[in-house]
Amino acid sequence: MSTPPTPHDGHDGHEDPNLPERDDLYANPGLPEHHWRPTDVDPRMEKRAERQVATLFGLSAICTVLFVVSYFTVGADDTVAGLGAQNLTLGLTLAGALLFIGLGIIQWARKLMADVELVEERHAVASPEEDRAVTLAALNQGIEESGIARRPLVRNSLLGAVGLVGVTAIVPLWDLGPSNAKVTKEQPYPGAGLEHTIWDKGMRVVRDVVGTPIRPGDLQIGDLVNAEPEGLFNGGPDGEPLEGLALQVGKSKGAVVVVRMEPDDIIPGDGRENWSVDGIVCYSKICTHVGCPISLYERTTHHLLCPCHQSTFDLADSARVVFGPAARPLPQLPLAVDSEGYLVAQSDFTEPVGPSYWERG
Amino acid sequence: MRLLNRSAGRISRHRRGPLAGVVVLLLGLLMTGGLYAAFSPASADETASSAEQVAKGRELFLVSCSFCHGQNGEGIKTQNGNQLGPSLVGVGAAAVDFQVGTGRMPLTQPGAQAPRKPEVFDDSEVAALAAYVASLGPGPAVPEESDYSLEGMSDEERQAAITRGGQIFLTNCTACHNFEGSGGAMPRGGHAPKIRGVEPKYIYEALLTGPQNMPNFSNGNLSPDEKRDVIAYLGSLDEMPSYGGFGLGGLGPVPEGLAAWLVGIGLCVGAAVWIAAHTTRSTKKKVDA
Amino acid sequence: MDTTKIAKTNGTEPATVSKPSRLGAVATWADERLGLATMAKKNLRKVFPDHWSFMLGEIALWSFVVLLLTGVFLTLWFTPSMGEVTYQGSYEQLRGIHMSEAYASALHISFDVRGGLLMRQMHHWAAMLFVASMMVHLLRVWFTGAFRKPRELNWVIGSLLLLLGTLEGFTGYSLPDDLLSGTGIRAADGFIKASPVVGTYMSFLLFGGEFPGESIIPRLYTVHVLLIPGLLLALIAAHMLLLVYHKHTQWPGPGRTEKNVVGYPMLPVYAAKAGGFFFIVFGVTALMGALLSINPVWKYGPYDPSKVTAGSQPDWYMGWPDGALRIMPGIETHIWGITISWNVMLPILVLPLLAFTVLLLLPFIDAWITGDKREHHLLYRPRDAPTRTALMVALMTMYGLFWAAGGNDIIAITLNASINQITYFLRAAVIVGPILAFVITRRWCISLQRKDVETILHGYETGIIMRSPEGGYSEKHLPLDPVRAYVLTARDRDPVSADGEVRPEVDANGIPAPHTGRLSGLRNRIRTLMWSDNVQKPTREELEAGHHHADHEHELQAAMDGHAADGHQFDGHHLVEDEGLRNH
Repeated sequence: MSTPPTPHDGHDGHEDPNLPERDDLYANPGLPEHHWRPTDVDPRMEKRAERQVATLFGLSAICTVLFVVSYFTVGADDTVAGLGAQNLTLGLTLAGALLFIGLGIIQWARKLMADVELVEERHAVASPEEDRAVTLAALNQGIEESGIARRPLVRNSLLGAVGLVGVTAIVPLWDLGPSNAKVTKEQPYPGAGLEHTIWDKGMRVVRDVVGTPIRPGDLQIGDLVNAEPEGLFNGGPDGEPLEGLALQVGKSKGAVVVVRMEPDDIIPGDGRENWSVDGIVCYSKICTHVGCPISLYERTTHHLLCPCHQSTFDLADSARVVFGPAARPLPQLPLAVDSEGYLVAQSDFTEPVGPSYWERG
Repeated sequence: MRLLNRSAGRISRHRRGPLAGVVVLLLGLLMTGGLYAAFSPASADETASSAEQVAKGRELFLVSCSFCHGQNGEGIKTQNGNQLGPSLVGVGAAAVDFQVGTGRMPLTQPGAQAPRKPEVFDDSEVAALAAYVASLGPGPAVPEESDYSLEGMSDEERQAAITRGGQIFLTNCTACHNFEGSGGAMPRGGHAPKIRGVEPKYIYEALLTGPQNMPNFSNGNLSPDEKRDVIAYLGSLDEMPSYGGFGLGGLGPVPEGLAAWLVGIGLCVGAAVWIAAHTTRSTKKKVDA
Repeated sequence: MDTTKIAKTNGTEPATVSKPSRLGAVATWADERLGLATMAKKNLRKVFPDHWSFMLGEIALWSFVVLLLTGVFLTLWFTPSMGEVTYQGSYEQLRGIHMSEAYASALHISFDVRGGLLMRQMHHWAAMLFVASMMVHLLRVWFTGAFRKPRELNWVIGSLLLLLGTLEGFTGYSLPDDLLSGTGIRAADGFIKASPVVGTYMSFLLFGGEFPGESIIPRLYTVHVLLIPGLLLALIAAHMLLLVYHKHTQWPGPGRTEKNVVGYPMLPVYAAKAGGFFFIVFGVTALMGALLSINPVWKYGPYDPSKVTAGSQPDWYMGWPDGALRIMPGIETHIWGITISWNVMLPILVLPLLAFTVLLLLPFIDAWITGDKREHHLLYRPRDAPTRTALMVALMTMYGLFWAAGGNDIIAITLNASINQITYFLRAAVIVGPILAFVITRRWCISLQRKDVETILHGYETGIIMRSPEGGYSEKHLPLDPVRAYVLTARDRDPVSADGEVRPEVDANGIPAPHTGRLSGLRNRIRTLMWSDNVQKPTREELEAGHHHADHEHELQAAMDGHAADGHQFDGHHLVEDEGLRNH
């Protein structure tokens, strides 16, 4: 401890006047003396370690065999303590086969491989000064011989052309979009279709999954129906249900929730006085935040919660946002009753459903 | 018998501290077990006349329920207009069977969330209460086992019912109760409870009556067959082995991420520490061979 | 031990094999055709320092290899198509349901391909580990100063890897087209539509029309199995090449300097440890795939734009922007017939982009502030750079809080709390929390520095309490052993004067540089914040004085001459010689 501190030149000599010198208070003691491991000096320990490593490799081999056995013997429906036996046995045997190899190799490295630490000198990361000079000269000569500096016309026209040629990589991406993405008078931007859904005057509100129409009398106070436009179930050719793309797009904009509450609880919005039927109101199910379907309804508060980002809407009050990141109320679907007494839409939604977009206005 | 039950009710109203909870739990378990054993076989003898049952129910009601729901089940509003207990006129026997049968009522404290807890009343008392409340106004009756059982169906019908039930479940229930029925969060501290492992009767009644903040799925909304199918789907989830291993609570990506960090990164970093750790050293010098 | 088979070289001279062996013959055959010996002679015995924290990046590397292997297996059965089919496979609950081919093939892999579910789960767990280990590795690099010159570009490559890994994960978990991932894609469509001006166009191009279209799954598939893995492979190769070229950093220690690297040779020890670690990481993912269910797509059901499940969350690495989205207040501007969705744009488009840019630039910002142009190959302990450490802890705190916000509903049900209140709390906490974390971490580090200085000056605490005849108590301190003393003092001084004043910048001749540019004032203020409160290691004079006191004290104690020892003798603020008992 009382060794007098001696200046040490272990650090590089390259100094920056803005930075303090690197001063070592103590001399670098240098690499400590190497201590041997028991396996290096005791042949019995060495043998033991050897056996350990070989045992680990052997266990791995056993696991591999078991893996193959379970692949051919364990069925998809077999269970072990309520867990799927196939996944469990294949997984555990695979894990064993791999882990035992890993453990064995590392035990080998730790116990048996030479463990004398080596010292390797670092080289400067930067190239030597002369290499840099030669490279720079070669670079300059190349530039000079090409004449790119002396011939601005050639250089600038090349830069222009190369810059422009990237357009050929971008423009063809336009056809990633739908073939009807052309901007026309009726469709001033590609998203013009977002303003409409398949709802239409007189289209019945039907239950999701089963597609049956709803009479106001079917619903009690506090009922929630996850509903769809009937067009999804009979909008195809010959009144067939829609399929594929048409179904998915139709659902992604047309899904609604229908709830029945005490008519006195409803605070109708301006011009929405006749949009409800006996306390039954209908709103778009697609959140105005980023578009999750939303049907977490509390019957006593009339609040509807989105499970994705917790926007909360008050269905008694024109689906006003009461909490969360959504900025706009859910669009309301004006309801009426048709001649057969079923709930129908008075019209399409009066505003685009779902998340906001630039051209929405 | 009734005395014992009411005292249990008092414990649960005033319970404080962990020990009381355990005592209540034990009592509840003992009572449900014991009473079930005592009364189930004897229920045939218990068919007291309905008038008698209503009277008994009213007696129980006045003691345990009227404080919040009013002397005649008309509901009570507090001075600032909040509902203390809603009107029970027209909620039907199914609502009582659900609320009291699952121990949700009587509440330990007023609030929208009524957690399931050990039942306070035995089966015959629940039936009496249900009879009394049903007498207040017409409402849904307690469903029969045949309403929610797939007994007597062919294999194909049964499978079709489960598949349809799954679709109805994913459409109407998962939004609040999660894809596995593990439950989910609702506004202002409320939650949709876990619905796995709940007796089919209570699921049916919950759909029918919309307990607390849950919306109704009355028979005009979701037909009895559709309710039965949902219950069948839930049952099929219970019977299904956990194909991929332990389920991490069935709550989706959040516990999965936690497991990746705690188990995965934990094991790998642990292995790294082991790999780089210095092994034991000997003081002996190596003898040159 | 048979040492004849081990080449005795550290790379400076060629290995000599005692007699022509079969291995030698093969090597000669290969070298005559590939000429690898020149390169291999340097690298076969290349030295890597040994420390657990240097292996964190390896977890990422090996989980990437696991991802490639399991991923190839999955592609053999997966059909990236949104074409509608009726499921007829062995999972009964969905038989007869219409679904996309992608989802049907994910079910097929899970239930009709033996080991398919295992591979799916291993692939998913490995993906979670891949991103997680990259982040842990990043933290290690920052906290120990391994990002400094000459390694800044490797930091940039690493950051790009983190970004690409995250995108790779998102495209991957979207592929099965189940209800949860479809909900994620739907939300992504909302994010894209919120982009100013081009949002609608981008959405229509990406989805090939209106959401959900029929193209998104095949397109994500190409991105997931070709584009991003290609980029990842190239960047990983570059990352590793730079690592080899720079040589690994090391901790200061006996024999370890800025100019060398001390450790074990690539062949055999490091190759064995790295190779063994690969099997362990692979085995851990297999273990997790065997025991822990992940993404049970069969329970979610096929994607349907009208269905949703409670607990709709992305995978963990996408959780923090999702959390930002959850706690963002609902602000939207409607003006001149356009809509600007601040509530979506700020948290999900601007914030992650900003965070990534800051991450990418951290080493360069740091170099600009410190003006440090030296190479650094020795690491420091986090406490020795209190401001850097505090900055990263503040960023981690912010990340963690956003992350918690992403799981606010799960937190609400597990802790019986209200999502509304959690949200309000987190809105404030993401601002206040990082500031608190910064201040606390910085002071904590400085206290640890102070403790180190005490130890250097006065030796270490032995835990032996001594009682003097007068009744005073003191703890006996003993001098440090030379190795530990060297390690503790082998750190750089910060460029501050003794009273904590940051030295003005000077040019090469020691002339104070004129204040140039508008930013120099800001820079000086940051430098003051960064260094002025730090506790510097003792100067040589302080060290000598300290040792003198300690030696003197030992003599006194040894003589047991009744000197009062009340524990204050070694705190650096008291002169010991002339003190009586408790009269100060």
